[in-house]
Amino acid sequence: MGTGVGTAAASSRRPILALVPRIRSRAVTALGILLLGLVAFWLVENAVHDIGQFGLVTLNGITNGSIYALVAIGYTLVYGILELINFAHGDVFSWGAMIAYSVAISWLGADNHSGIELFGILAVALLCAGAFCATLNVAVERVAYRRLRNAPRLAPLITAIGMSFVLSNAIAVVYGFNYVSSEPLLSRRALFTIEGQSYGWDKLIVLLITVPTLMSLMVVVKRTRWGKAMRATAQNRDAARLMGIDVDRAIAFAFGIGGALAGIGGFVYLVYFTQGRFDLGFQIGLFAFTAAVLGGIGNILGAALGGYLIGFIENYNSGLTWHAPGPSWTESLIFILLILILVFRPHGLLGEELSTRS
Amino acid sequence: MTAELLVDARAIRKEFGGLVACNDIDFTVERGAIVSLIGPNGAGKTTFFNMLTGAYTPTSGEIVFDGRDIVGLPQHKITALGIGRTFQNIRLFGAMTALENVLVGMHSRLRSGLFRSLARTPLQRREEKDGRAQARELLAYCGLSPRAEQQYARHLAYGDQRRVEVARALATNPKLLLLDEPTAGMNPKETIAFVDFVRKAREERGLTVLLIEHDMRVVVEVSERVTVLDYGEKIAEGTPDEVTADERVRSAYLGTKPVS
Repeated sequence: MGTGVGTAAASSRRPILALVPRIRSRAVTALGILLLGLVAFWLVENAVHDIGQFGLVTLNGITNGSIYALVAIGYTLVYGILELINFAHGDVFSWGAMIAYSVAISWLGADNHSGIELFGILAVALLCAGAFCATLNVAVERVAYRRLRNAPRLAPLITAIGMSFVLSNAIAVVYGFNYVSSEPLLSRRALFTIEGQSYGWDKLIVLLITVPTLMSLMVVVKRTRWGKAMRATAQNRDAARLMGIDVDRAIAFAFGIGGALAGIGGFVYLVYFTQGRFDLGFQIGLFAFTAAVLGGIGNILGAALGGYLIGFIENYNSGLTWHAPGPSWTESLIFILLILILVFRPHGLLGEELSTRS
Repeated sequence: MTAELLVDARAIRKEFGGLVACNDIDFTVERGAIVSLIGPNGAGKTTFFNMLTGAYTPTSGEIVFDGRDIVGLPQHKITALGIGRTFQNIRLFGAMTALENVLVGMHSRLRSGLFRSLARTPLQRREEKDGRAQARELLAYCGLSPRAEQQYARHLAYGDQRRVEVARALATNPKLLLLDEPTAGMNPKETIAFVDFVRKAREERGLTVLLIEHDMRVVVEVSERVTVLDYGEKIAEGTPDEVTADERVRSAYLGTKPVS
């Protein structure tokens, strides 16, 4: 008798219990929409308040975001193919900035040139930084990671952290612990001005370099033989070998591409901020890694998207005036967003395509 | 003599720790033949495949393929020499289209190196265009409808995934095609069609085919020679009729005859 009552009660309770997860997921969705709505409202209100400033801050967001995007792709490429977080990547980026400094300023004296000569010098510096970082990243893989490919995951991870210290300290040895800096390379003369706020060549060049770079990257990865080999290796290493792909070279290719992008990012950073130091890559690397995770690690488009997203957060937060939390909150906000994404969408914004790993 | 034999494996032995997965097996495949490798689960068939493709290195013994000793060569070089295979559990590149899967298979036949890939030279573009045309042809040859070409491999129906896998293996331009349980999961009609396809491909593309197969009807129907493995030992070899009549084979498959 007693048991009978018990089962009846349990069965009548069950439908309600079954509703709980559904209600919870609805509540989460509603909260998410509310949050997005608030952010949108805040942005619109700021835009209405001071459209000139809003436009400029947006452009700054694109500029900073470009740098994060370039670096983030290197993290995502390597993770996609080796499932390794290459902590040394931020420091490869630092090397890019320093090499660009050496070539453009110490060696070719870019700060004393203008016009077509300056353009030529910058082009040389860009190529040098890209080539150097590609080589450096490939070398890091060859020396530090290749032998550990079948080791437990923790081993290459620790090695990556070690490699990060080695690379940043090497910069300190070569360039010292202080900032290297120069006069602005490109005239800060405004290309156009919005209500007293100017947008100049120093920002435009970032876009002029980043956008074509990202577009050609997509072509290389999608269409070319080695791009396909790299994707095949990331998706199924055994099958890739059977297709006649030299897996070691495909992995080196991923490191090379990632390194070249980091080098280009370093160059862009130097041209934009005109300074560099051995620990440059720490914060940028952290933001870029966050960007890669936000976008869905392993997904190239996602990494670029995440990079721009972080660029926007950083600049809207520190640049807008109407009820903005202010620059000291930037990092907190970025990592709060990261936590939210990891909790509610663990595979990242565009991460679904990755989950086909069989 | 070697010209007649495409595969000449002598005293192949593979040990995993104390377990002997292949115990000094001699195995030959004549050029242009269709040969089946059969045996109960765990008999060492897939291990043998893996040694042919270079995934495993034999503990001892030598494998001569097309007049070259291939033991110890890296897998991608063996593929380039002309051994292609399919897997028992299909292993396509899921996030690539059917067409891209086949293009990846052409990797070792194409020449564009790292730098040409980056620079997209005219040669690279032409190669890519030709490659696409060939890949389409191969997919059609294997019976995939043109509509499925642009779909992600993971979205394809099971039968189509098998077709893409065979097309991808053919794209490596193999002399020897290894098929690991190709008819698993096929219905009888599809199985018959597949048997016809294997024969046709052998004739038209000058292939030599080695298959692992459980379906005895397929084995008897398609193969000219059969090798039977059991617990890493070769227990019989010969024509399908000889092998199916063999007492040891029957007992390996059906258990020993109860004493009555």
